[in-house]
Amino acid sequence: MNATHEKLREEFDAYVAEDKKIEPKDWMPDGYRKTLIRQISQHAHSEVVGMLPESNWITRAPSLQRKAILLAKVQDEAGHGLYLYSAAETLGVDRADLIADLLSGKARYSSIFNYPTLTWADMGAIGWLVDGAAIMNQVPLCRCSYGPYARAMTRVCREESFHQRQGYSIMMELMKGTEDQKAMAQDSLNRWWWPSLMMFGPSDKHSTHSSQNMKWNIKRFSNDELRQRMVDMTVPQAELIGLKIPDSDLKWNNETGHYDFGEIDWEEFNNVLSGNGPCNKERLEARNKAHDDGAWVREAASAYAEKKSKK
Amino acid sequence: MSDKKNNWPLWEVFIRSRQGLGHKHVGSLHAADAEMAIGNARDVYTRRQEGVSIWVIPSDAITASAPEDSEALYDPANDKIYRHPTFYVLPDEVNHM
Ligand SMILES: [Fe+2]
Ligand SMILES: [Fe+2]
Repeated sequence: MNATHEKLREEFDAYVAEDKKIEPKDWMPDGYRKTLIRQISQHAHSEVVGMLPESNWITRAPSLQRKAILLAKVQDEAGHGLYLYSAAETLGVDRADLIADLLSGKARYSSIFNYPTLTWADMGAIGWLVDGAAIMNQVPLCRCSYGPYARAMTRVCREESFHQRQGYSIMMELMKGTEDQKAMAQDSLNRWWWPSLMMFGPSDKHSTHSSQNMKWNIKRFSNDELRQRMVDMTVPQAELIGLKIPDSDLKWNNETGHYDFGEIDWEEFNNVLSGNGPCNKERLEARNKAHDDGAWVREAASAYAEKKSKK
Repeated sequence: MSDKKNNWPLWEVFIRSRQGLGHKHVGSLHAADAEMAIGNARDVYTRRQEGVSIWVIPSDAITASAPEDSEALYDPANDKIYRHPTFYVLPDEVNHM
């Protein structure tokens, strides 16, 4: 690292510390660029893979309206993927390379999508909890130091709130239904609760990227802080409709003003993260199949565009 | 535009949110041609009535000023405060000027 580089780096850090924004053509440290590419592309992949567990239920939605809603939500997620790939591309990477990394299994996406969607109630739990956790993570990113990422997140967050509300309304409706429907909703919460809390990532004690990302204003709150917020927000929502959070250690703590909750099964977390979750293989296969099956469409569109441009 | 990967060209998307306002940059997308870029922009950026008109422009057709030039470009305006109406202190009796 030479002297000018050192100086640029110092100026950059000071500039970002003042909560100012960085735009694509501005000088930035390599580490900043790499971190953003990794985070934004992982985020984009999560939006794309996240469509799979839900698309599983589009054809089996219980009413035409629910089907239209689910379809609209899944379409939003495709859009989120696109906003994010675009933001990543402003950092000088090629979307085709990012997608190739997803398809080969080299790139990561959110582990939550490696769990199966067994019943219709899972559409409720996913919207309520998974999109809920995503919102919790994403709202602070609207103020992230990198302009294109912050702007993409602002768009995403504006759309996410419908996702969470439609999910909760599915749960609400089921909890007003028959004993079987109530049991289905409860079972779904039982399966999705812990994986949703895992979405905030490893505990602060073991999080590797956190402190530098905090300095760079890519991250504003720690994993454990956001997780606590999620618990505090969700428990009353569950109680309101008669659902029971599957955690025997959960109780309100008057002193802290927060809920105490049980320990996450980090072994399961690491297991799913390293590719051994219930659906890791299935998800990647589905993505690869969709990509391969769509190849002729992409080729045809290119050929048509070329032919037209020659006229 | 790497043909090998069959990566469609990149387009910048500008949306007029309603009549009377200018087009504003909203993001970018890949498409094989302009027509498809408009179609994709419609699907991605106007699902909730965010726009009444779309422009798409090939990203590589845009020439942008460089951040290094900002001093030369924008600093000369710094000391010309007389270009702003507030520079002129007028008696209170002079209304609406
Ligand atoms: Fe999303
Ligand atoms: Fe969502």
